[in-house]
Amino acid sequence: MKFTLSWLHDHLDTSASLDEITDTLTRIGLEVESVENPGAKLAPFRVAKVLTAERHPQADKLQVLSVDAGEGPMQVVCGAPNARAGLVGVFGMPGATVPANGMVLKVAEIRGVVSNGMMCSTRELELGDDHDGIIELPADAPVGTAYPDYTGLNDPVIDVAITPNKQDCMGVRGIARDLAAAGLGRLKPLVVPGSTVTPAPVAGEGAGPDIRIEDTVGCPAFYGQTVAGVSNGAAPEWMARRLKAIGQKPISALVDITNYVSFDLGRPLHVYDCAKLSGGLVARKATPGEQVLALNGKTYTLDESMTVIADDAQALGIAGIIGGESSGCSDATTDVLIECAYFDPETIARTGQKLSVTSDARQRFERGVDPAFVEDGLAIATALVLDLCGGTPGGITRAGEPPVPATVIAYDPARAETLGGLAVAPERQQAILESLGFTVSADWHVGVPSWRRDVEGVPDLVEEVIRIEGIDHVPPVPLPRLPGVATPTATPEQKTERRVRRAAAARGLNEAVTWSFLSDAEAAPFGGGAWSLANPISEDLKVMRPSLLPGLLSAAARNLKRGADGVRLFEIGRRYLADAERPTLGVVLAGEKRARGWQAGKAQGFDAFDAKAEAITLLAAAGAPVENLQIFGEAGAHWHPGQSGTLRLGPKTVLAAFGIVHPLTARAFDLDGTVAAVELYLDAIPAKRGATGFMRPAYAPPALQPVRRDFAFTVPAGLAADALVRAVKGADKATITAARLFDLFERDGVRSIAIEVTLQPTDKSFTEDALKAVADKIVAAAAKQGAVLRG
Amino acid sequence: MADLDHLQTDLTARIAAADSLDALDAVRVAALGKQGAVTALLKTLGGMSPDERQQQGPRIQALRETVTTAIADRKAALDRAELDAKLARETLDMTLPAEAAPVGSIHPVSQVMDELAEIFADLGFAVATGPEIETQWYNFTALNMPETHPARAMHDTFYLNAKDGEEARVLRTHTSPVQIRAMQAAGGTKPVRIIAPGRTYRSDSDATHTPMFHQVEGLVIDKGITLGHLKWTLETFLKAFFERDDIVLRLRPSYFPFTEPSAEVDVGFSVVNGKRVIGGSDGWMEVLGSGMVHRSVIAAGGYDPDAWQGFAFGCGIDRLAMLKYGMDDLRAFFDGDARWLKHYGFSALDVPTLSGGVGA
Repeated sequence: MKFTLSWLHDHLDTSASLDEITDTLTRIGLEVESVENPGAKLAPFRVAKVLTAERHPQADKLQVLSVDAGEGPMQVVCGAPNARAGLVGVFGMPGATVPANGMVLKVAEIRGVVSNGMMCSTRELELGDDHDGIIELPADAPVGTAYPDYTGLNDPVIDVAITPNKQDCMGVRGIARDLAAAGLGRLKPLVVPGSTVTPAPVAGEGAGPDIRIEDTVGCPAFYGQTVAGVSNGAAPEWMARRLKAIGQKPISALVDITNYVSFDLGRPLHVYDCAKLSGGLVARKATPGEQVLALNGKTYTLDESMTVIADDAQALGIAGIIGGESSGCSDATTDVLIECAYFDPETIARTGQKLSVTSDARQRFERGVDPAFVEDGLAIATALVLDLCGGTPGGITRAGEPPVPATVIAYDPARAETLGGLAVAPERQQAILESLGFTVSADWHVGVPSWRRDVEGVPDLVEEVIRIEGIDHVPPVPLPRLPGVATPTATPEQKTERRVRRAAAARGLNEAVTWSFLSDAEAAPFGGGAWSLANPISEDLKVMRPSLLPGLLSAAARNLKRGADGVRLFEIGRRYLADAERPTLGVVLAGEKRARGWQAGKAQGFDAFDAKAEAITLLAAAGAPVENLQIFGEAGAHWHPGQSGTLRLGPKTVLAAFGIVHPLTARAFDLDGTVAAVELYLDAIPAKRGATGFMRPAYAPPALQPVRRDFAFTVPAGLAADALVRAVKGADKATITAARLFDLFERDGVRSIAIEVTLQPTDKSFTEDALKAVADKIVAAAAKQGAVLRG
Repeated sequence: MADLDHLQTDLTARIAAADSLDALDAVRVAALGKQGAVTALLKTLGGMSPDERQQQGPRIQALRETVTTAIADRKAALDRAELDAKLARETLDMTLPAEAAPVGSIHPVSQVMDELAEIFADLGFAVATGPEIETQWYNFTALNMPETHPARAMHDTFYLNAKDGEEARVLRTHTSPVQIRAMQAAGGTKPVRIIAPGRTYRSDSDATHTPMFHQVEGLVIDKGITLGHLKWTLETFLKAFFERDDIVLRLRPSYFPFTEPSAEVDVGFSVVNGKRVIGGSDGWMEVLGSGMVHRSVIAAGGYDPDAWQGFAFGCGIDRLAMLKYGMDDLRAFFDGDARWLKHYGFSALDVPTLSGGVGA
């Protein structure tokens, strides 16, 4: 919401400086976003009169002027065709900066004649596009006056952010009222803009216009008055200047009046050209599919939830949101109908959202205009039309009745302290509330003014008191604290996530945070997303990710394109599945695992076992019982079918998938080489059980040295190494504490696996017989898997 | 007996002259071997008279001792020389590069979330979570934003395609729905103190806005809580977070549907080397939205608003990270550029602690 300082002064009698005003606005919740003085850059330019104009002795197109800018005649060379004796224009002294081009004027010789400054065009001063000649001011413009003072451009424009609850401050008057309450002056009595007249219904002649309401919910009140015989031209300079200053384009007096009242008093209006109406006006629901060509040039298709103002022939405008082209005023308009209505905020909000129309009228109606100001609003509008456009008023029609609430809140002034944290004397609270328009009874029943629709209860009153008294004065009060050291608050899930995150970083992985949404194409290899956005900002950010890998693969590709040799990324975040959002850790390893080096030789890429190592290490860090994990295939279609797997607890609980990404999937993400990846399903990791307290079991290392024996087997094709190792390990649970595969080779299609078995004696050393017995059991167990001890 | 002296001189000289283990062994054999000179002398002891033996014995034994020691010493010297030579041959160019292990990193957003958890744990706040795909009731209605509320339109909400027969869900536009969930979980009877960090979404994208960002919500529900407690909590938090005592807050009245009264919180900054640094009051930066929890929100959470009151605040985590650690482009947070992650990321060992400081 923008307004100018002089505009504010129309409503606020104050001696406060601009800085005081802007500081106060921010302090009371009307945040100042910018302050700009359009006249500042024109300050060195003055109203000046051309005394004489002679031809330049050396140039046909130049003239030598004698100019009075308040300090006597000065010689100026000028090329403007309209420069002539007697012209009053705008003069830039040496030292002034020309706004349009940044040039600093100085005393210069032009073709042998000294020039002491410049007569300016509108374009040079950024006041318009005209550059055909210099500015011509009225002959009585006071010579020597600073130009911005003369034109009223020296009027700072203040832009404040109005929060949705402050509908009363959607007009300059409401802002003035708040400032007055904050002690910055006195709110002046309301007058018709541009006059000193207190608004009163303009008693017209004859019956009022034909207005009725069908949609009493959407439009509870519709007041109207006609003015016949108006002449619509440009709005007066003061009005046009203010509208321009706040970024509104002046159109014509009739249209500008409605805009002006909207910004001045927060009261939107509409004027219809009676000549373009067919029959009376009705506020009714739109018919499904009904169309309106709006004043913004767009055609809107409406539905039956929306309210329109219509005549006998058609819908003329979308009520309270935007008017229509068909009944708009033009220079030819002679008879007008002024609409001052109260529209239901909820209906306006819904319609505005559905149609995606924003307008100054919508902003005000959906926040809720003052329902008690319909009569005055119409009176002001009619008075302004009569003032500026002439004409003869007709009678007033008042259809419906605005719903003026009479909210009374039982208040306890102690609440300022017990809720707001600031003790404010009851008399002071009463004064604050009254200055904002509230009424306060002796027993603290507080009446809410009609323009404060947002105030519903005690906390709202506390807010009013605190904000005006100064929220910054609220003293800080420590939260009550339990005695002793703070107790831990993290949940087991949170602790797991923290541990696994730091474990991954400790292993050399870089944590990334990627978008939760993907394109359809990125989600597709991972089975597609269960959730997609109805209104994505782009097709690339549309589907909620079913996996963390797509985002990481894209990031890896970007890194490699930027010249990274190797990429090790991980992310902890959610997968968005149909049934739940599941905490997940993703890892992508791409490019070089190890750069070429003087020790290891050629560069080395990542392989599936790098992925497996990350999976198992990170699962261990997350507290998963990695000893009991089983390895299955069936990782999914986006994995290399022969170089991927899943880690499970039992056949159903999948804790992780790992391996090489399917080359087709990798290629879809612009990755050419081998890419290893891991996904850990953090919520599938079982919680630790039975942990009570911090006590560890007693430390009891075996007294005797372990014995190691190697076994080499030839194994049948297709036997998983892990199956053989498990069989060997389980051959004699009492003595075998570990079995580790340490060698593997294939020759002539025969695979050979060597396993180192660790045997732990308990109370006495193994005898040769005992060792032989265990070895026999191992060989027998291996034989069950089809493995044969190599001779 | 000059012979013995002569022999000792001779053997000592030969031992000293032996330039290899083989040569030394030859001397040893010549002196102490079965046929050796010293051995021969020792053998003569048997044929001597007791007097003679008493006289000659110690001298011969001394000779043997001297020669044995000399050989051992010489052997040690030769061994050492050989080892020195071997080690000299093993010399490497120690300026050759050692293989560098990859260096991992923690994302600044995670680090800051850990910092927040650490600080607020000391103030008695637990960390709560909630879904990101949220119902409109939790995201808006329960937070006192009915369907036609103007603030609802201002939220730039992402809507999800509706499942059959369900109202369309939204991507939560703020972490505030966790307020309701936390109150519901607490059951309406006991005080609540939580922070809720997490991902949030708005359909907004420019230099300072990304469609996904991170927020942290704070909520206290108790009896007798006032705006004064809110102010103290935020001051205490920001001082701990930035580890500065000159943190100055400025509260400005504002509006949020779910708080009443509401305040935006600016924090003072000073300009150091052209960059804004939190602390001091050369200027003000908006960092937080906050207020006293609205009665209808307390009721939606299952608490009696006549008995309970409290405060809530919300704050951008990405923004906190930027203010503390100096990043200036929000988009880079979500690009996964390893160079950026290494530059602004944190070591696995930078675990925020109160004793060691929450900043790294």
